[in-house]
Amino acid sequence: MKLIKAPCGLHCIKIVDFGVRFGEEVLFENVNLHVHCGTLTVLIGPNGAGKSTLVRAILDDVTHSGHVEFKDRENGHLQKIRIGYVPQKLNIEKNTPVSVFDMMACYHSKVPVFIYKSPRMKKRILEALSLFEAEDLIDQQVCNLSGGQLQRVLLAMAVMDKPNLLLLDEPISGIDANGSLLFYKTIDELKRKFDMAIVLISHDLPYVAKYADQVVLMDHGVVASGKVGQVFHSPEFQRIFGRGGSEE
Amino acid sequence: MSFLSYDFMKNALVAVLIIAPLFGLLGTMVVSKKMAFFSDALGHSALTGIAIGVICGVKNTNLSMIVFAIVFALALNEISRKVVVSKDTIISVFSSASLALGLAILSKGGTFSKYSALLVGDILSITKGELLLLGGIFLVTLLCWLGLSNQLLAISLNTTLARSRNMKIHLLEDAFAVLVALVVMVSIKWVGILIINAMLILPAAAAANISSNLREYHFFSIIYALFAGLLGLWSSYYTNVATGPMIVLVAAAIYFGTYFYAKRFQ
Repeated sequence: MKLIKAPCGLHCIKIVDFGVRFGEEVLFENVNLHVHCGTLTVLIGPNGAGKSTLVRAILDDVTHSGHVEFKDRENGHLQKIRIGYVPQKLNIEKNTPVSVFDMMACYHSKVPVFIYKSPRMKKRILEALSLFEAEDLIDQQVCNLSGGQLQRVLLAMAVMDKPNLLLLDEPISGIDANGSLLFYKTIDELKRKFDMAIVLISHDLPYVAKYADQVVLMDHGVVASGKVGQVFHSPEFQRIFGRGGSEE
Repeated sequence: MSFLSYDFMKNALVAVLIIAPLFGLLGTMVVSKKMAFFSDALGHSALTGIAIGVICGVKNTNLSMIVFAIVFALALNEISRKVVVSKDTIISVFSSASLALGLAILSKGGTFSKYSALLVGDILSITKGELLLLGGIFLVTLLCWLGLSNQLLAISLNTTLARSRNMKIHLLEDAFAVLVALVVMVSIKWVGILIINAMLILPAAAAANISSNLREYHFFSIIYALFAGLLGLWSSYYTNVATGPMIVLVAAAIYFGTYFYAKRFQ
């Protein structure tokens, strides 16, 4: 992976007072997160704890309370934040004639992809793919990619605009053990080589223990957060995952 | 080319040259977004639109048909966003209810035969003025497609991802539904309620069988639609069979051809 811009460690992103309710039911409230560029924050918690919804709320995809603050501490000014997102899965059937180029271009370009394959866009896409050694996938059909290949393509797409914040929603489902290891290594590299903060939803506690800088345990709100050791030894963690979780 | 010696055949030819690419184009997204059932329901809603026009004493029932289809499409979108039940079920409930309502009103007093021509359509009866309207819709659709197709694809792949790129999901989905409603309604008199959905789905589905990217997909879909339209029109003249079904038969043959070709060679 090429070095884009080393993280300066000075940018900080604050998720302030986030809350989401569906009708009367409160899914979570008072969620506050504080993340820095060059760090990996992992959201863990039981199914239905609100992790994915929090990520969708940060992206303004669900109605929520609270706001995102992005501070560039060098000049103290609030800037508009760019957020990259890697979804859990794509809604694509077998046999759909959408190539990797088509997919990446349709999110990043106004030039109608169905008519014209712009050489400028192709160059940008190849550059992004090359960061993940996936240039040769550009003309493959998205529906034919393996889990690992799709993941690399989605990561390349998410970092194309050099986001300040990268959100990853459980992307390791459907990947074998080898693929998972590779994925965490890639993320680790990303965080050191890009000037951005990474927030990841994960169920894979051993990898979380190894790679996370900050862990946030959610169960309808944040119930514990901090360094790996702090969270894994908290009573809330024991209650939710049992002893087995911390020993893994 | 003796079949072109009649004016009505010339008009029908122009109509096919406009309608076929239009359906080929929109069909690609209808197939990708798995909206075949939605467009089918839209076609059926034509009868309800006409029935409502008849009750309200509207002179031009085409207008009430188009307005109803647009309202119907937007309502279906809105309801499927709010209700947790699967989209297929919602569409089926509303489609059958509205179809039954249309049939009930139009058949009152035994007058349904007046409208039964709509079921199979009659492309040979199209007039010059109606061709102009079709041409206008063609241009509007093309412009919309140039502006919206990237974002529609983005939304169909993953809505949250599209949202992360600041796309207006609901607005775009509604725009597409209105566009499909408009195109289906202005062509339904010529193509027919029973087979209009086939015109939308078959060329695109055939193209999907053998394409590996969006440019091939659109190209083949439009070519297949045109080919089916022209061959269907030509052969219907010599076999004295209704044009709509002939076009669909050709399109179906292309679909099976591409299906087996793809299985054998890809």
